[in-house]
Amino acid sequence: MQKSVNPAAVDPVTLTVIEKGLQQVCSEMDLVHEKTSFSPVISEAFDRSNGIYRKSDGSMIAQGALGLPIFLGVMQETTRSVMEDRDDLEDGDVILVNDPYLGGTHLMDVKMVRPFYYRGKLWCYLANTGHWPDTGGMVPGGFNSTATEIHQEGLRIPPVKLVRAGRMDPELVRLVLANIRVAEERIGDIKAQIAALATGARRLTALLDRYGAEVVEAAIAELEERSERMMRAHLETIPDGTYEASAFMDSDGVVNEPLEVRVAVTVKGSDIAFDFSRSSPPCAGPLNSVWATTLSAVYVGLKHIFPDVPMNAGCFRPVTVAKPHGTFIHAEYPRPVAGCAAEVSQRIMEAVFLALAKAIPNKLFAAPAGTSGNLSLGGRDPERGENYIMYYFSGGGYGGWWAGDGLTNGCSTIGISKSQPIEILEQRYPILFERYALREGSAGAGEFRGGFGVDYRLRLLRGEGKASFLMEHGRVGPPGILGGEAGAPNEISIGRGGTTITPEHLSKGEGFVLQEGDWIEVRTPGGGGYGPPQKRDAKAVEEDRRRGYFPAAARK
Amino acid sequence: MTISVGVDVGGTFTDFLLMDCGKATFRTAKVPTTVDDRSRGFLEGIDRLGHDPAAIDWLVHGTTAGTNAVLERKAALSGLITTRGFRDTLELGRRTRPNPYGLAGSFEPLIARQHRLEVTERIDAEGRVLLPLHEDEVRAAARALIAAGVESVVVHFLHAYVNDAHEARAAAIVREIWPNEHVVAGHEIIREVREFERASTAAIHAGIGPVVSRYIGAVARRLKDRGFASELLVMQANGGMMASSLVAEQAVQTVMSGPAAGVLAAAEIAKAAKVDNIITGDMGGTSFDVALVVGGEPVITAEKDLAYSVPIRIPMIDIHTVGAGGGSIAHIDNAGMLRVGPESAGSFPGPVGFNRGGTRPTITDANFLLGRLNPQAVTGAGAAPMDKVAAAIGSEIGEVLRMDAHAAAAAILEVAVSELAGAIRLISIEKGHDPRDFALMPFGGAGPLHAVAIARELAIPRVVVPRFPGLTSALGCILADVRHDFVQTLAVPLRDIDPGSVEAVMREQMQAGRQLLEREKVRVSEVEVRHEVDLLFKGQSHVLRVPLRGASFDAGEVLEAFLAAYRERFDLELPEMVPVLMNLRTTVIGRRERVDLSAFRPTGGSLQEARLGTRSVFFSGTWVDTPIFARDRLPADALIKGPAIVEQPDSTLVLDPECRARIDDIGNIVIDLGA
Repeated sequence: MQKSVNPAAVDPVTLTVIEKGLQQVCSEMDLVHEKTSFSPVISEAFDRSNGIYRKSDGSMIAQGALGLPIFLGVMQETTRSVMEDRDDLEDGDVILVNDPYLGGTHLMDVKMVRPFYYRGKLWCYLANTGHWPDTGGMVPGGFNSTATEIHQEGLRIPPVKLVRAGRMDPELVRLVLANIRVAEERIGDIKAQIAALATGARRLTALLDRYGAEVVEAAIAELEERSERMMRAHLETIPDGTYEASAFMDSDGVVNEPLEVRVAVTVKGSDIAFDFSRSSPPCAGPLNSVWATTLSAVYVGLKHIFPDVPMNAGCFRPVTVAKPHGTFIHAEYPRPVAGCAAEVSQRIMEAVFLALAKAIPNKLFAAPAGTSGNLSLGGRDPERGENYIMYYFSGGGYGGWWAGDGLTNGCSTIGISKSQPIEILEQRYPILFERYALREGSAGAGEFRGGFGVDYRLRLLRGEGKASFLMEHGRVGPPGILGGEAGAPNEISIGRGGTTITPEHLSKGEGFVLQEGDWIEVRTPGGGGYGPPQKRDAKAVEEDRRRGYFPAAARK
Repeated sequence: MTISVGVDVGGTFTDFLLMDCGKATFRTAKVPTTVDDRSRGFLEGIDRLGHDPAAIDWLVHGTTAGTNAVLERKAALSGLITTRGFRDTLELGRRTRPNPYGLAGSFEPLIARQHRLEVTERIDAEGRVLLPLHEDEVRAAARALIAAGVESVVVHFLHAYVNDAHEARAAAIVREIWPNEHVVAGHEIIREVREFERASTAAIHAGIGPVVSRYIGAVARRLKDRGFASELLVMQANGGMMASSLVAEQAVQTVMSGPAAGVLAAAEIAKAAKVDNIITGDMGGTSFDVALVVGGEPVITAEKDLAYSVPIRIPMIDIHTVGAGGGSIAHIDNAGMLRVGPESAGSFPGPVGFNRGGTRPTITDANFLLGRLNPQAVTGAGAAPMDKVAAAIGSEIGEVLRMDAHAAAAAILEVAVSELAGAIRLISIEKGHDPRDFALMPFGGAGPLHAVAIARELAIPRVVVPRFPGLTSALGCILADVRHDFVQTLAVPLRDIDPGSVEAVMREQMQAGRQLLEREKVRVSEVEVRHEVDLLFKGQSHVLRVPLRGASFDAGEVLEAFLAAYRERFDLELPEMVPVLMNLRTTVIGRRERVDLSAFRPTGGSLQEARLGTRSVFFSGTWVDTPIFARDRLPADALIKGPAIVEQPDSTLVLDPECRARIDDIGNIVIDLGA
């Protein structure tokens, strides 16, 4: 971007058109990625993201609007790491990487980065992430809860050239596939990810041909300016001051003690700073978070509060997050991190929400269920003679908000994924759901109550299976705000050989061996309440009663 | 000879089109929709056509009444009887939220929780009965729902798409207790896996059924009183129609039938004009509806969402709604960016130029200010207050962007066109098509205003503007065939398939369709049966559809067609993967007598007669003296060089200075964009 056009010289119409054009490039990459993937986590649950990043520092130029939110800040860190790590990138190369410490999340999020050349010169990077159903490691699916170092968690891939000058390296593919479970379908996912980047390159070339690289570069700079201005306008509505809050993890899966995410948010004018330095130290189990994920969690939290600010590097310029060295949310090699993207990030966001609720309650909501509620079940179906891995992510209640009750069965705050239909799960795996219901009584009371969690029970029909749980909010439910009550905490029960057990760590545990007829029950958290329950409208109370939402209260 | 009438009841107006095939003539009428009793406006419009109802042979009706009732949650009170443990399926949905960012928001399920009851029964994914149906519980549930005052009942059990025995029996029990046409079992509508989507489709049906059948019943009775002797016909979302006698049991098929009829008409017009592929752009006051017609057939989908968390899985013409219409408001956002929509001034107060109290600048206002719309011809309001229009655009947009009002108006249109073109592009790509292989067919009041600009943006080489852009839905009603669709989930790897069992399902579906046709007693000249299969590679979620040839099933042929389609669509080969046949689809079409569109061929007229004068119009930064033509006086085969504006009562076409247009022999204006 040597010759630069004065940003102010880009007329307002061209600016809007280029903004939409860049978003379209990303949306088309998302589309190809999703439609051709084999991982149901990508195709059904949209656990993927595609974007465009600056060649100077990897910062985000644009990212698909329907990409998984947690990748918002992560992929620019990935791109940055690849730029630092490799100085031999050429046109037509694609880098494969999943190293959590190099701008990553957990090992299952496999990223690809492609340098994009325009008229013979490096112009930017295209990158994407897709959640693979397995990358090896101690439990099928990767969501372990007892690892004490990254090497137990699965295959760790540093930035390596998967594609050289347009040709995929078959040796590398062999090596990767030999180290993961149910590998047959993964070659499909690899091709899907490469195809998405190729689509992006074609579309971006067309955009640059049409408007000229200089104009597009000037527009990008101007768009960043404007996002920044818009974010600053929002931040200025927050009274200056320091707002503190804490959110608690049940345990790290190994040591049964709570972990604290403690944040002090300081707002001064239109700048906002986040200090997490008083959070718990690194933990033994896999509930550490890496820096890229921690940073991204703050970004996503802000975007949930101010959803109208267009996404690019500009909107985060007013935001400072101090690296919380020495805490569990700034993990370094070889700390295990399987729970970072799905769970720790949501607790970080919860702390941010709770802190800012003290400053601008009219724009906030009480705490959402805030867990991905992962149940993994793996085993062999003797009737079909097939091995299987099932993931089931469940939703929970959202918090009540300034003008309404929380949503029932909302998805995790870091995701936008749909849950799989019960009928599809029963088609694919040897299980039978006996109940999949709204969890009565789980909503936190309030003037605007929380939404409800889910209450499900499933039975293993054939063979032996092994269950793992990686969930949260088992000790305490999602807190209410402004006098609202907390939602009900997460509960797990396992029926094994006629006796009922609960995991020692309440919301986590692995290696529960199940036999035919054994069952699992999960009750997910409800959302916190907003405002004192006494202020709830009498009509709303009566409607809740007619719907049978609080049967225990009604019996009293 | 044959007299056909098409009627489209929209939110504001009801449109009528009568075609007399014997005399090759037509008549049109437009009346305000009478929302309190839609059948009143209907009869009024029929009277205006000036034909005795007794002389009408075909009368086909499209409506959005049912759809709106569901969207506004004002549909009939419905109850649900379902598998024990699963009464909350409709409320839990698929674990989503309304927007990717922002955690505030809410959702109301289509059937309230107190009206969702459970009974003991269970069938597994293979169709085996695990728990027999507890019939007494079904009786008790039915009685409880009747006591609660419901108007319709849905019976929905898990895995009924593979074994419908329990649903069928339970529905029979409910009907015994409550003999009523508003009892429906989920499998009677679709036989596809995914319990939430199937339940939602059935709940939409139950909500619409009583509303639509009351209304259609009233219309049919009144028509009969006036001497109309044939069966009243009703449009469906799939672009076909059905007899009104089936409307109660097929109510869900009427969803979005008005817009579907518009796309169908566009497809027929394109066929007659010998254009294979078109993109339709129906632009009204609040929205822009886009659909694709490929090889003469509208693209059908069975994966729509009617609203947030309200999926519907019947085959429908695939119409995408973009929130930008003539009434969309232009504004400057907090970041100083010019935005158009999604907020709309609607029809009240409407654009500033309509002089009904609107104060915020809209797309329509920009068209007024730039001379593209005739300011002297505002529907029902005389002249547009141009000083107010200029002031609104100048102060809300121009001042902020440091432009004069005209440049600001041009900027509004440019942003709107870029947004609409972008939406069209993404929709085509999602369906695996390149817009450059299509012609654009604009309709609706505002479609032709922007069609040329949109086509240029997308490098679409040709625009075809139908004779009556505002009456396409009514025309579609006249042109539709009788049509019924069926689907059955199979989910079997292609290599393990027994062709005999597939063919058995094909035969069953075909017979079901033929039986419906017999019950409808509609005169059809021939019956056409089509079979299609949905395939994917094992492990994937998204299917590709492949047509079957004839009534037999050849797995080898299907495999080849699928692999070719996959290569074409995604440029990918996956020899490692296992192809799976997911769904089998059958369409049974009763072809009606062809309606000859040459009735639309202009008779008489000349360019001079048609020329109304000139107006100064703003094109690419300069004012150009532009001739104005009256559409109804343009002769057949006329050639028009841009710049030009063609006006007709319900629509205005803008031709930029580089355009060349001609009138074809069915009255279309065909514009070649100098490529």
